[in-house]
Amino acid sequence: MIPISHYLILSAVMFTIGCAGVLTRRNAIIIFMCIELMLNSVNLTFVAFSAYLGDSAGQIIVFFVMAVAAAEAAVGLAIVLALFRNKKSVDINDVNILKW
Amino acid sequence: MSYTDAFFYFFAALTVGSALVVTFSRSVIYAAFALLFTFLGVAGLYVLLQADFLAVAQIMVYVGGILILLLFGVMLTTRVTNAEITTGTVQGLPATVVVGILLGTLILLVSRATWNVQESLPDVTGTTTEIGERLLTTFLLPFEIAGILLLVAIMGAAMIARSTDKTKEAA
Amino acid sequence: MIESYIPIFLILAVAVVFGVVSANMSWLLGPQRPNRAKNSTYESGMEPVRTAHDRFSVKYYMVAVLFILFDIEVVFMYPWAVQYRNLGLYGFVEMVVFIGILLVGFVYVIKKGALQWD
Repeated sequence: MIPISHYLILSAVMFTIGCAGVLTRRNAIIIFMCIELMLNSVNLTFVAFSAYLGDSAGQIIVFFVMAVAAAEAAVGLAIVLALFRNKKSVDINDVNILKW
Repeated sequence: MSYTDAFFYFFAALTVGSALVVTFSRSVIYAAFALLFTFLGVAGLYVLLQADFLAVAQIMVYVGGILILLLFGVMLTTRVTNAEITTGTVQGLPATVVVGILLGTLILLVSRATWNVQESLPDVTGTTTEIGERLLTTFLLPFEIAGILLLVAIMGAAMIARSTDKTKEAA
Repeated sequence: MIESYIPIFLILAVAVVFGVVSANMSWLLGPQRPNRAKNSTYESGMEPVRTAHDRFSVKYYMVAVLFILFDIEVVFMYPWAVQYRNLGLYGFVEMVVFIGILLVGFVYVIKKGALQWD
């Protein structure tokens, strides 16, 4: 029987990998993928607790996270497309007007 | 070690391995395909956690929906002059420090804490009925708000992605 | 419970092995004597113009976004459909409200002309 801490450590590792990607990658679309990774790791934590506590509320929250992830991907990629139309690039270093 | 434990380690390895590819591969296309295997591994873990409906929903929404959208994003933003769809990384050292601290803290926290949970999983057969029951009673308001969120997202995406300038659109 | 998923896992494993093996079999078994004509995109066909990595039109993106919307909608509808008889009219009205909200977005996209193929 797998103890719950194994699931939690797995999702911590996944979250960290996603975080590393968000911090280091320059391509906006890869940053999106890494955010999806982080969302997935949080979902895994919810489902693990839902199973080990015998309460289905965690699984329902995962549904809402999925809806939010879909909305985020749709609008976020639309922004990336608009960015690409203006800058001909999806490199986040090219988006630096707000930088001092 | 029973064979379900072996399945856990298999899916965990699949998930973490492909997540590493997503983060560190130089090609955007490779990253997208590695993300497919991450989602599949997570779906497998959901099955091990007896969340059968969520496993299917994971494959439908993430693999069938979000991943496709991401691939569309890759194809729509290919540089015409430069066919190589690769990117490098920046800020390696500070990111390593931050990520190391984060991972260390999380693992320390998880391993130190005593979780007040059941020792073994209760044997549930099918979670769909219970989810349907609670989704439309206890979680009704979040459910309808999720509908509004999706409405706003679709309108925003239609608004932003579609250029108002028709001449630019043709380019 | 978990045992009933073993056939699915097996079919996945078989699918992956079959795909990998058949994709690499010709490379393993076939002779490899490449030359310039053989490596061209259409052997003894026309010369390709421009690069294959062409950008897609943003119109396809709108279709993908709409697909995601209805994908999520179906995922939300499935547990409702399973519990339809227990929830009765109450659940039906709730689902009509939910679908109505999403339908507004669909109508908006059509009215906006985002699906127009020019």
